[in-house]
Order: sequence, then C-alpha cells, then structure tokens
Amino acid sequence: MFYIFCPYCGEHREEEEFHPKGQAHISRPADPEATSDEEWGDYLFFRDNPRGVHHELWVHAVGCRKFFNITRHTVSYEILEVYKMGEQPSITAEHYAAQQGAASADKERNASQAKHQEGVRA
Amino acid sequence: MSQPNRLKTGGRVDRSRQLTFTFNGQRYQGHPGDTLASALLANGVDIVNRSFKYSRPRGIVAAGAEEPNGIVQLGSSEAGQVPNVRATQQALYQNLSARSTNGWPNVQRDLMGLVGKLGGQFMPPGFYYKTFMAPASMWLTYEKYIRKAAGLGRSPTENDADIYDHRHQHCDVLVVGAGPAGLSAALAAGRAGARVILVDEQEEMGGSLLSSRESIDDAPATTWAEKVLKELSALEDVTLMPRTTANGYHDHNFVTLHERCTEHLADIAPHVGGRRQVRSRMHRVRAGQVVLASGAHERPLVYAGNDVPGNMLAGAVSTYIRRYGVVPGNRLVLATSNDDGYRAALDWSEAGREVVAIADARQNPDGELVEQARAKGIRVIAGSAVIEARGDKRVAVAKVAKIDIEGFKVSGPVEELACDTIASSGGFSPVVHLASHTGSRPTWNEELLGFVPSPVKGMTPTGGAHGVYALGKVIADGFKAGSAAGEACGFERQDASLPKVDERREGAAVALYQVPHQKATLRGPKQFVDMQNDVTAAAIELATREGFESIEHVKRYTALGFGTDQGKLGNINGMAIAARCLGRTIPEVGTTVFRPNYTPVSFGAIVGRHCGELFDPERYTAMHQWHVENGAEFEDVGQWKRPWYFPQKRRAENGERLETMHEAVARECSAVREKVGILDASTLGKIDIQGPDAREFLGRVYTNKWAKLAPGRVRYGLMCKDDGMVFDDGTTSCLGENHFLMTTSTGGAATVLEWLEIWHQTEWPELDVYFNSVTDHWATMTVTGPEARKLMAELTDIDLDKDSFKFMDWHEGNVAGVPARVFRISFTGELAYEINVQANYAMHVWKKLFAHGDKYGLTPYGTETMHVLRAEKGFIIAGQDTDGSVTPEDLGMHWAIGYDKPNSWIGKRALTRPDTKRTDRKQMVGLKPKDPSVVLEEGAQVVFDPNHAIPMPMKGHVTSSYYSPTLQSGFALAVVKGGHQKMGETVYLPMVDGQVHEAEIVSPIFLDPKGERQNV
Ligand SMILES: [Zn+2]
Repeated sequence: MFYIFCPYCGEHREEEEFHPKGQAHISRPADPEATSDEEWGDYLFFRDNPRGVHHELWVHAVGCRKFFNITRHTVSYEILEVYKMGEQPSITAEHYAAQQGAASADKERNASQAKHQEGVRA
Repeated sequence: MSQPNRLKTGGRVDRSRQLTFTFNGQRYQGHPGDTLASALLANGVDIVNRSFKYSRPRGIVAAGAEEPNGIVQLGSSEAGQVPNVRATQQALYQNLSARSTNGWPNVQRDLMGLVGKLGGQFMPPGFYYKTFMAPASMWLTYEKYIRKAAGLGRSPTENDADIYDHRHQHCDVLVVGAGPAGLSAALAAGRAGARVILVDEQEEMGGSLLSSRESIDDAPATTWAEKVLKELSALEDVTLMPRTTANGYHDHNFVTLHERCTEHLADIAPHVGGRRQVRSRMHRVRAGQVVLASGAHERPLVYAGNDVPGNMLAGAVSTYIRRYGVVPGNRLVLATSNDDGYRAALDWSEAGREVVAIADARQNPDGELVEQARAKGIRVIAGSAVIEARGDKRVAVAKVAKIDIEGFKVSGPVEELACDTIASSGGFSPVVHLASHTGSRPTWNEELLGFVPSPVKGMTPTGGAHGVYALGKVIADGFKAGSAAGEACGFERQDASLPKVDERREGAAVALYQVPHQKATLRGPKQFVDMQNDVTAAAIELATREGFESIEHVKRYTALGFGTDQGKLGNINGMAIAARCLGRTIPEVGTTVFRPNYTPVSFGAIVGRHCGELFDPERYTAMHQWHVENGAEFEDVGQWKRPWYFPQKRRAENGERLETMHEAVARECSAVREKVGILDASTLGKIDIQGPDAREFLGRVYTNKWAKLAPGRVRYGLMCKDDGMVFDDGTTSCLGENHFLMTTSTGGAATVLEWLEIWHQTEWPELDVYFNSVTDHWATMTVTGPEARKLMAELTDIDLDKDSFKFMDWHEGNVAGVPARVFRISFTGELAYEINVQANYAMHVWKKLFAHGDKYGLTPYGTETMHVLRAEKGFIIAGQDTDGSVTPEDLGMHWAIGYDKPNSWIGKRALTRPDTKRTDRKQMVGLKPKDPSVVLEEGAQVVFDPNHAIPMPMKGHVTSSYYSPTLQSGFALAVVKGGHQKMGETVYLPMVDGQVHEAEIVSPIFLDPKGERQNV
C-alpha cells in the first residue's frame, strides 16, 4: 500500500484515501471534431505501459478532492515526485536513466528523496 | 508424569509447574516455557503426522517457523478450532488439545499408508493433473477424497467465539526479529531517540541467544539479552512486541504485524474483568526504516529416508536441548557440511547421551568446534555423509559412506551405524522472505551459499538475514544497521560500545545439498526435499527430464514449496537439485520468491472488527425507523438500505398472513396509478453546483442543452463518457442564475462527483465553478398519483395550480411547516411532487403526510414498485438498462442530444464514429411476451430464429423485466440489434430449461406515451 504525499494537503497519507486515475498528461484534443477517428481513438484508448518511470494522475478522493500527478517507478513502486495539476515533472525516464548512470548517483538520489518527502511545491 | 527425554536441569522451562495437555486424545505433561513440539519430544512422541501424498509417518524436524511436519489442529471445542498450527511455535498451556492434521483414521495406523505404499510408484510429479483431471466431471469427486486423505486442516463449523483487532501505527524504525542482530539494532536506534518497534515471533525475545553455547562479556549469552531488553523497555519510545510476526512487507515500508495476544493462554481468549480479551491483533505499521533481523534457517541435507521420525535439523536439536531441556533421543549421528552443525553433537554429548559419529562432508574439517568434538572422543568421519536413514516409525540405522561431491557418487564402503536420531546441517539460508514480499528478488551469494536480500528502499538487512553468522559480528552489524536506520530518520549516529564476544576459528563449509546414494536418484529410496508436500529429489529430477527448466515451472509441476510452510526448508535444496540435473548453477535456474504471509494468519486477524454488522457501513435515510416499524423489506443499494416493498397483513384461512412480494407490489402499483403513493427517494445523489460558469460546465458534461434553463425550471439530462456511451442520467434544476442542483442515480453519486471534478480540474480549470455533495443534507420524498395535488394542498403554502406550478418546475415554500424545495419531476409517469427538506426535519414531514394522506389512500411503496412504474414508462436505470456500450441514440433519446451546441460536449465526437453510427447496434426496445403470464428473465438472450443450429446468433438481451398489474401482463425492456426498425416483429428467448418464449418488439413506453398523466 502506497504512502502518498498530497501536494495540496502538504502531508503523507495512506493510499486508501486516494484513487488512481491512469496516465497523467493526457489532454483532450482542443477541437475534437477536427480529429480523425484514429487520433480520437488514440486519445480515448491508448496509454503507455512503461517498465520504469511513469507519470500518473491521482486524486485525493477522501481528502481534499484535488487531482495531482505522481511520477512513479513501476518496478520498485517508488514515488519519485508529486506535482500539482498544470505543472511538469522534473523527473522523466531520460533524466532518471542519466541519474542512475551518473557517478554522483547517490547524491542525486538523496536529493530526489528529499523532494519526495516534501513534495514539489509550486 | 514421565517425560523420558526431559533433562533434570537446564533450559528455560519452569519444572516447578506441570501443564497437562492432550495430543490425539492421549494425555501428556509439560512445563511452562515449552512449545507443543518440545513437550511432545520430551514425552518421546515420535510421530506427529502422516505425510500429504505417501502417508508416511513424520516427526518434528525443526524448532521454529520452518517446521514442515508438526502441523496440528488445535482446539478443545468446536468454536475454538484452529487449523495449521505449527507445534514448534505454539506455546504450551494447561489443557491444550491438539490433533494431527493428517492421518486417517489415525497417525499410528494409517489406512492411507497402504495407498501410499502401493501408490508410491504410481504417483509421479504432476500425478493429480495427469490422473484425476480426466474425466473432468469426476474431479469434484476425486478432490473430496484426496482432500480427506490429505487433511489440510479444517475450519470450525461454529462461529468463532473470539474477537480480533486492528491497530494502525507509525514508527521511525521497525526492527523485525529480536535475536542478537535485532536487539543490537533496536538498542542503537532506541538510544538515538527514534520511535522503535521491535517484533519477534517467539514467546520470548532473544532468538538464537536463548540456545547459544557462546559467552558475551564473559557471561551466558542470555544474560546479555536480558540486559539489552531491560534497557530497551526503559526507553519511552521503544515498543517491544513478542509473539508478533511481521507477516507481510508491502510498498513504501508498510508492514503488517500479527500479534498473538492470548494464543499462549487458551484456545479461546480468556475473560479479564468480565471482558473477553482480543485473541490477536493486526498492526498495520508504516515505518520510516525497516531493519530486517530475521536471521537464517538451517538447511537440512537431502538423503534417503530423511523423513523417518528422528531425522532433525542440527540446530533444532541444540535448541531443544539448551532452551527446553529436552534431548530428543538417545543415540545421535550427525551429518554436516559445516562447523556449526557440531553444536548439536557437543550439546548432545554434554546432555549425557551418546554421539555415535559425525559424518562430515569435508575432507579436512579443522575448526574449533571440530576440535572440541574430537577432544570429547567423538568419532568424526571426514569426507562422508549419511546416505540413508533406515527405520519404520523411528530412525534405527544411519548408513554412512564416503562421498564424492563433485562426481555426485558414493565413493567408499557403507557403514551401518545403530542410532535413533540423525541431525543434519547443510548450512544456512538467510530468511529473505519479507524482503522478497516487496517484489525484490533475492540474489545468490556463492560465498555464503545462500540467497541474500536485494536492496529495498528504506530496508536494511542485518545479521543472519544477509549472511553474517558469527555472534560478535552479528551484534556489531545489528548496531550499525540500527544506528544507520535512526540516522536516516533524522536522529544522531550512535557510537557502538560493543560487548566482548570471543571469535571462534571456523573451517570453511562445503556446498552440499542432495547426498548421493549408491542407487541413482530415480531408482533409489526416496529422498525428501519438501516434506510438507512430499516432494522428492526424484520428482524434481523427473520434472527436469520432462522439460521443465525454470525453477518456477518445476515448483508448480512438483508442488515444491506450495505447502503452508512455503518451502522454508526445501526450496533451496530443490533448486540445487534442479540445477544439478540441468547442469547449471543455482542462480541460473532462477531465484526463490516468497509471498505474504510469512506464516499462516487466521482470517479473524485479517478481518479484525470488520465483520457482522460492521462488515460494511450501512446508510439509512432520515425515515428509516418509520420503514422498519411499518414492516418494510429492505434492499441494499450500494451501502444504502432502501425499502424494497411494504408487505401488509392479509386475512387467511387460519388468521393472518403477510403478502407475498408479488401481491405487495401489485397493490403498491395500483395505489400510485389510481390514488397516491409515497417513495423515500433520499438516496438519489445530489450535487450542488455553483459559480458564474456553472451553466457552461453543465452544457459540456451533459449531452443536451442548458443555456436557456431558467431559474425555477428542471431538466432531464444524459451524461456520456468521451467514448459516447451513457454512464449516468438525472435531473438538474436551476436554483439561480449561477446555482444548480444536479441529481444522480443512487449508486452513481460519488462517481459523478469525481467525474465533474476531474473535468474541471484537469481540462477546464479556467471555468469558475464549484461542486459539493449534498446527498445527505436533503431528504427526498416523492408524492405521486392522481390524488397527489389534493394531499399536497393540505400541507403546503406553495401555489399548486397547474398553470403556475407546471410539470418540470420547482418551487420553494413550506411543507408541513418546514422550509422545502418541491420539484414536479415524475419517475412514475403520474402527477408527482418531489419534496426536499433538510434531512433532520424529514421524519416530521413524512409523518404529517401520512396523517393527512389516509383519506386519499396514501400508500408507501418501495424500490420494486418504483422499478415497475418507471419501466412501464420506458424510463431507464443507468447501469441496469445500460452497460457502458449504449449510446443515447441506442436508447432512442435523440431528443436529449444537442448536436448543434457550440461546444464539443463530452461524448459528442465519438457519436460520429462509423461504429456508433451503425444501424444494427443493440437498441432499446420494449418486449411484450405473447403469453401475458410470462415474466421474461433479466439477462435472457434474444434470438431471431429459434430453429437455428446451435450456436444461435444472439441478437440482444433483456435488461429489465417485471409483471405489470396495470397492463395485466409481463413486460420487459431489452436491447435488440436494429431494434428501432423492428417494431411489431417477433423475437424468441430460449431458456435454460429448454422453453422458448415468444415476444413482440414494441415501443419501450408501455403506458401513456404522450405523457398526459404526469402533465395534469
Ligand atoms: Zn489532499
């Protein structure tokens, strides 16, 4: 069971308070009528299923009812960061891979841990 | 009285007190401090079970959680039955009553033994799959007998008399295991000021220290343990939890701890101060850091006949002698691959019994313990092993021979040694179970000859759990781990002042798992790998010959590790054998994975207080008590209890009887159609929507238009997902220019609110609009029927004139002296007023309505009548008549689709896809059975040609079906392919019993198609 930092409440809370809502950053086409059936189908049904860094949309369902994003590692289940709606992730798959490979990996991981503890403030 | 194997002195049992217990009906004596296993061994009980498949006699092997054989059924009463208890972990108490789990009719003379002996050759791995699966129809029959014979324990047939608890906790450092490493870790973290929880599954904390031969600070190891425990208990933020198993390690350092509060006292928790105590408690702990100090399990050697009672783990022999004062035999032969096994021989010898010989697989054993054994005159046979144990119900002979480990063969003559006990040690396997619960696969360490935990964030293994075995090093390692865990939680690093432990000179161990025999494994006597599931070395070899190469497949094929012990003793040996057969190394055949729970947990502990009436919350409306008092039958709708129907008393031949549901519903329906009925509709979801952009928002989430809905007006709306499929419907009323009240289906209330929020927060945050659930704030009562207006007129100051308060209007006013919103919405097709009042006034209003309603024939009705009435009108229930694959067009609701709205509302784009435009989609229609007495089954399939060869093409299905007292006929709503163009056609509904019903496709509106009755 996850331990999730809600960036709006500013606290870690148990997973039972949250609902996962799928992949983050899926935006509805601005003009749906202008899309082809294939493009519309992609928007509706196709999602990434990465082994590794993944950005997810969650809602603090029985807390503040706010939606926010989580960057989570799908193998270790580690939550690498949380960030509010409208913000962009600071940890991406490329960034994470580089970080793991870097000589100063430990140091950076500690930094990201600290970030995870506090959440990402806007 | 007589405990032949009990030593006069030594151990941690209280010989001044006797405890009487029964095992398989026989009475025995033991002492406080005993486990059931130590007491059985003290009494010389050799056979504790019959084996699963071959029904061979089995005895105690281990002294802890890894025990495969000593699995008992506990309980002196039916309500107190507990299956699958490990005798090695069950504390003895007065009048404990236990039985063997296996053995039919009993363990001494076992009928199934004959089957086992005869069937032995005929029961290869995969036996059950190969033999009993055909014919498939017989599997249930076979299974019954297999289970009876196998005896997997049984659950009580009476209700559990005990209560169980849950507790949620947080801590900085959770230390799992209170052996030398765990104690030391807890000390380091505790001294730093961290909030520490230290758990240990045993009755007493101390782990291996409780049976250690070694000294710490020149005193017995137990003295140091006592000193540390004393210091820990004085620390305010340290919680010590003995009898507590960390049984599951989940994401983000979430650990479940199973604390057995009274299981050491009785099989049903005793009362204290008149109150029943909690039997066990599940702690759900979120730990900052986890220190895994779970130690290591000794691996037995795999040799022929290694399952005959009297074959034990070397370490277990030491534990029974040193901790329980029990020597489990008279003449010992020790088989070992390492120095540590020698402890058993030394302890045995010091207990005054004979050590016949030590068969050491190493060519030149020369460690300190080896020298001690030689100094005692014990015969050490180097380069040898016990290749076979002989004996019927107890070991009688150990066959010892020189072996060639590399060549996997016996390399010298066989010597037969008379003995009654064979102890074996093949080295240690770190207890990596918890670490692997998180999904982290253990890593093979060739130097340690064992799997060690792979890194888990926030977890530090220490001591035996990652292969550190020497006592002094274990204590230092534990301290370091505890200090680091404290530091990671923000506390200061602690400097260790470590106790003095003499370092022992140890000779290197040799890798030995399966011992060779003169005969090839497949033809030789059985060598057991997993005793609980009767998996032999031959079975594993056979599996590899049949093409199973991955250990995961071998395990499933042979059932290796699938017992309640999860193969704690056998898994590594099994992997080693598979590796040998495949000519690979252990890590090449795979790794070992364990899952929660570490040891079995009773359902009671998992459930806690969430049972009976606390299983799930029940939601009651404000009028619930009235419904109860008026004899309502209730229906569960989500968590709500809704009146289903209100059966009345009827005269019968001998007095009175209650109406059947059919009778009650017919009466309630007629009341609404002819007079006036009342429904408690409070459970409908209600969402208050406010803000300058509320109207714009509604226009985007509903399929129809909202731009012109004036204050005081109400409109029905359909909601789709963006795939164009209907997912909820309801009415929304305009309360003010920027203020709306949305209603949802009872079940959809929470989902719809979250749906509105996700669109607002993630797609249209620029819209200034707010949502709030007001479902519980307002109680709703629907007064409906031709007499509704007359009844309302007696109680309200609202002008009810049909021209000033029209259908689909709402008005504010007083009803029964209470401020109310009254809506002219109809879900019955009749004149209807939905009265909404603040929930705490609702009972008053409800009762007033009845006080005035009698003369109009006011009749309460429930959900069943509501369904009949709405279906007669063709009103859908989202989720019953729709299933996520139905568009508004499919429902025939073209009138509710605003294709020309300026925005691309949710679902619009999908409705122009070729698939949603098809004319042969399943479309909503009415079905009228040709025989009016027939009520079609909901879910029944519709076909066009009942004579079509099977499989018949299925053309649709019934979604709602009832008997209508008004139509005096059964009727149904259904979805039928191309149904809108098939009015008047006949369709067929083949039933399971062979009957085929005929029905005519009709309009789904069975009654008053022009809506005149509701619009009066
Ligand atoms: Zn929150």
